[in-house]
Formats: sequence, C-alpha cells, structure tokens
Amino acid sequence: MIEIQDVYKTFNGVPVLKGLNLTIRDGETMVIIGRSGCGKSVLLKHMIGLLKPDAGRILVDGVDIAALGPRELMEIRKKFGMLFQGAALFDSMTVAENVGFALYEHTRMTDQEIRERVTLYLSMVGMEGIEDKKPAELSGGMRKRVGLARAIAIGPQIILYDEPTTGIDPIMGDIINDLILKMRDTLSVSGCAVTHDMTSAYKIADRIAMMYDGRIVQIGSPDEIKNSTNPIVRQFISGSSKGPIKILDD
Amino acid sequence: MMQFFVQFWDKFCFWLWRLGGLSRMLAQALKYTVVNPPRRSTILKQMFEIGVMSLPVVLITGAFTGMVLAVQSYYQFHKITMDTAVGIIVGLSMTNELGPVLTAVMIAGRVGAAMAAELGTMKVTEQIDALHALGVDPVQYLIVPRFIASVALVPILTVFSIFVGIVGGYIIGVELKGINATFFLKNMLDYTRPADLFSGLIKTVVFAVIVCIVSCYEGFHAEGGAEGVGKATTEAVVSSAITILIADFFLSIVLL
Repeated sequence: MIEIQDVYKTFNGVPVLKGLNLTIRDGETMVIIGRSGCGKSVLLKHMIGLLKPDAGRILVDGVDIAALGPRELMEIRKKFGMLFQGAALFDSMTVAENVGFALYEHTRMTDQEIRERVTLYLSMVGMEGIEDKKPAELSGGMRKRVGLARAIAIGPQIILYDEPTTGIDPIMGDIINDLILKMRDTLSVSGCAVTHDMTSAYKIADRIAMMYDGRIVQIGSPDEIKNSTNPIVRQFISGSSKGPIKILDD
Repeated sequence: MMQFFVQFWDKFCFWLWRLGGLSRMLAQALKYTVVNPPRRSTILKQMFEIGVMSLPVVLITGAFTGMVLAVQSYYQFHKITMDTAVGIIVGLSMTNELGPVLTAVMIAGRVGAAMAAELGTMKVTEQIDALHALGVDPVQYLIVPRFIASVALVPILTVFSIFVGIVGGYIIGVELKGINATFFLKNMLDYTRPADLFSGLIKTVVFAVIVCIVSCYEGFHAEGGAEGVGKATTEAVVSSAITILIADFFLSIVLL
C-alpha cells in the first residue's frame, strides 16, 4: 500500500504539490488524471523515490521512503516496476538486455535462465522474437510494451505507469490498456497510472483521482468520476475550455 | 550596485553548489571503485572507447607538438649557436607540460564531450531515472567504469604522446635541421630526469579525474532536451579544459 500524506514540492519557487494526500490500496489500479503539467509525473516520481518531497510523508508498506538513505531506497525500489512515458529503454542495449537488466544486476541467474525469462516476459506483452533488436528499431507502441516487460521482470508488487497511452495510436493504446489489466489480473500487482487519456482511465482504473492545483480534488470509481458534480472534474472529463480550471497558468 | 552584489553572491553560491556536487560525485566514484567495482566487461568497453579510439588523435597532437617545439626552439637557439639545446626543450616540455596538458585537453574534447552527450541524452530521455527505478545506482553503473578507464588509460596515452612528440622533435632537429644526433639525445637525457616524467604522469592522473568527473557531472545535470544536451556538452569541454589549465598551474608549483 502507498500512502501519500500532506506532500509539498516546489520547483524554482513554483509550488507543484500543495499538501497532496492519496492512498493506493493493495491490488487496485489507481489512475491519476489531470491537465498536462499539473504535476502528475512529479507525484509518480515521488512514489518511487526519484524525487524527495519538501514536506510530507510517502509510506510504502508503512515505510517512509522520503526519510530513507540511498541504499535503503535502492532496496525498496525493487518493489516497483515503472513504465516511463517514452519507455526510457537503454538505447545502447538490445531488447533482451533491456528486459533482463534487473535480473543481471540483482540475481545470480545464468545467462540461459535470464534469456528464458526474457522470452517469457516478452511473450506476456506480445513481443516475442525481437530479443536482438535495438530500441531505435522499434515503434512507439513496441517500445512501451518492451518497457512494460522490463518493468515486470523485476517481479514488482506495484507497477507505476507514466502516461502509458500517450504518443501512440488509439488501437495500440487499447492494447496497452489490456496489458495493464492483464498485469493486474495475472501478476496480482497494484498499479498507479497517470494519464489525461479518459478512455484509458475508465478502462484500467479501479479508482480515479483527479489532480488539480497541487492537490487531489476528487477520488472515486470510474462511474463516480463520470457522474461527478465537481465543476473542475466535469470540465476536465468533458474536455471543455470553459470552466473553473485556470488555462493560462502553464 | 546592490543588485550587482546580489548577482555576484548568487553566482558564487551556484559555483559552490556545483563544486559540492562534483566533490560528491568524485567521492561516490572513489567509493564504488574500491568497495563495489563494476563488471570487467563494462570497464573494458570504456577502455576501448577512451583508450583505443583516442590513440590516433593523441598521437597526431603529440607528434605535431614535438615538431613545432623543435622548429620554434631551433629558430631561436640557432641565432646563438646553441642548436643542441633543442633536444632539452623538446624533452622537458613534452614530459612535463605539453604532453600531459595537450593530451588531457584532447581527451576532454573527444572523450569528455562524448561522455557528457551520452549521459545527457540518457538524462533527458529518463534512462537515468530508469536505472534508479530498476534499483541500480547510476553513478556505480555509468560513471565508475568511465572513471576507472580514464584514470588507467589517460596516463598511457600521455606516454605515447610524449614519445611521438620527442620522435617528431628528433626528426625535425636532427634529420631536417642537421643537429648532431648524439648531442641532441645526450642533452635531452641529461636534462630530462625520470622525475620530470613522473611529475607529468601525476598531473595526467589528476587531469583524467577532472575530465571524467566534470563531463559526467555535466551530463547528469543536462535538462530540457537536445538544447540541454548541447549546452551540457559544451560546458563539459570548456569547464574541463579550464580546470585542467588551472590545476596544471598549481600542480607545477607543487611538483617542481
């Protein structure tokens, strides 16, 4: 379980998180929605300890990761898998080396065992047979799927998805959505995705949290969000430029 | 006036902050080198990039530096009929100053720029964040192999540079200008002590650390896409070159 308690973060004098509170329960997929640049990815990076809050606590299974030293943080990160917005594949390595990276670094498995595991994870994301390709040879959707295979290879308890469907066509977006659901059901992992793609949010979320002005303004099931009376949520999900959301602030 | 002091103070604080970051990165690299060194294959890969691939540039630089030294010093010494002193100038300058400094500056241009550009690209495409997310310390994985390869191979490259510089000086002085070969070599060996070569190599180790840490630091702090990577690369080369020259001044005072 991840508990984010009263977290503040400022960049160059600009407050991005303003006392944000959020809880992600075991086994659920939480989707955080909000405008581009509102701090969703910043929040995600706080959850895995890539950023430290100026104030507040981030509890992962009861451990405040904001207070941990580098070595303890490295250990706790093994609980997480993360799919980055641009997949962030290591471009000097092949697909197989990317997917097997964590296994090479953290286990004593032989090259053959790692190769077998890599093939298994690639088949789970429908990408078998591309082990020896370089990331530069892959399309955006293929990279995301390889990034997902790399994220699950470490055997995570929680997977974080940063804009999983951004930059790919709607059909590939739906394939990624199905994969996220498959990961939840087959691996029994918790998930947290940040997105502004409402189709994706409604499909993959157990609960949706709307982020605005550095805080969570509403949390609810996809149906509760669809039927929300909160004017900020209504304006966002209807995609209207008219309403209480400040447009010129970015 | 007040605004000038505020700006000056801000720049001074930023400079101190950078110095702190560089020192921390160096301390981490030293710690991992001793406590938890990276795989041999990653070190060998960097040794190939830093050592083997830099050899042509270093040899050309060393050879032409030695030849220019011989031409210039012959022109002056010939006026006072001290032609055989050319060997002393070439030997001392190459071992003590020009060999180490020019090799380090060339390494900063070739290797430092490549390090900053590669790590900068990894930073802006979130590959360094991905390393963190996969439970791997980027300093250990990315910087330590470069650090070990630089410290091990830049001194060797410098020895090559010094050697070809002296050979170049010999060819110009003896073969082209007609200086007596025995006197050229005897004078050079009489005045160029092993201590000169030793002090040159000590400088080289310091320069290797400077190029590696400054370039990696700039790469790790690149921001804002291609423009940021370009700025980091430029900053890596300029800062490395300036720091090498400043360090050379202080090392010369200490080692002479």
